[in-house]
Amino acid sequence: MCEDCGCHEGNEKKYFGHAHSHVHHHPHTHDHESAENESKNDAQTRVLNIEHNILAKNNHIASHNREWLTEKNVLTINLISSPGSGKTTLLQKTLKELKGKLNCSVIVGDQSTDNDAKKLKEHCENVYQIETKSSCHLTAEQVSKVLPEVVDEKTEVLFIENVGNLICPAAFDLGENFKIALLSTTEGEDKPVKYPVIFSDAKVVIMTKTDLIPHLNWDVKKCRNSIRQINPGVFVFELSAASGEGMSDWINYLRRL
Amino acid sequence: MHELSLADSMVQEIEAIMEKEGAEKVFSVTVKMGRLSGVEKEPFEFAFPIVAEGTKLEKSKLIIEESPVIVKCKDCMTETVLETPFAKCGNCGSRNVDYISGKEFLIKSLEIE
Repeated sequence: MCEDCGCHEGNEKKYFGHAHSHVHHHPHTHDHESAENESKNDAQTRVLNIEHNILAKNNHIASHNREWLTEKNVLTINLISSPGSGKTTLLQKTLKELKGKLNCSVIVGDQSTDNDAKKLKEHCENVYQIETKSSCHLTAEQVSKVLPEVVDEKTEVLFIENVGNLICPAAFDLGENFKIALLSTTEGEDKPVKYPVIFSDAKVVIMTKTDLIPHLNWDVKKCRNSIRQINPGVFVFELSAASGEGMSDWINYLRRL
Repeated sequence: MHELSLADSMVQEIEAIMEKEGAEKVFSVTVKMGRLSGVEKEPFEFAFPIVAEGTKLEKSKLIIEESPVIVKCKDCMTETVLETPFAKCGNCGSRNVDYISGKEFLIKSLEIE
């Protein structure tokens, strides 16, 4: 049952793809000078000081997602990066390495096509593609609708591969335990400084495509410094899913979670 | 351009509040937008009238108050307003800091009738 609202929609029998919202506010009435509008002398006009989260509906559904996943002992990771920085390739290799060791499920978001889901299904049975169409991010509601299909009794880790975008997905809680931000060596070393919202929110940052460093004018130290400037305590992995370097540290980290 | 869906969420939240309060008009909406909220002021101002059209918020004035990013140092407990994205204590230079403000994105207040 939801502690906020007492709704019973979070149980297993009836899943909670619901759209109710909550209002937690503390209205009070007082005299004030209203700016430039017809309310100026109207005694009925009042100001509600509410401090109400604009993403309250999304966050509420996200908290139900988290509760549902926690009850099933599923660890959920939200992967966020620019398009092309290697989320799908990393997941392919990760799923392959974890086969037989950790039971995984995947939700993958793209604006269009199920190309990524097809690739991932080669290594994992439980993969669900969400096509977001005109939207640039996944929402908690979209995730809530597919959770019962993608998470089964065996699932231990759920990866959510968000839509390739460094800005918008950062604002939407999906019910994950934590976010991971990826950046590849083909992007600028200062990307964390340029996109601080996601890099300050992430618990882990993964530097991908390190096998390309010899061919690029890429300064690892500069990139590490950019990450630390935004998020001093974050875990950083440096790896190449293509060559396999650095993959064992990442896999061991996942197995210890 | 997630500001469009955020503006839409805001209109829905306000409509629910209006129903609960028995309000018919919203003269103004004051939004508190942290500089590290991931929301940009100008696209949000652009999106609001588009999603408000045809709703009770059609004529509402949107007031945006941008709030600064503030970190608190876990070593010397000083609070620092960040002018750059670098999370660092302005007093002792430590990077052992927590964000205490700047990520919020809230409806601060509504002027209703």
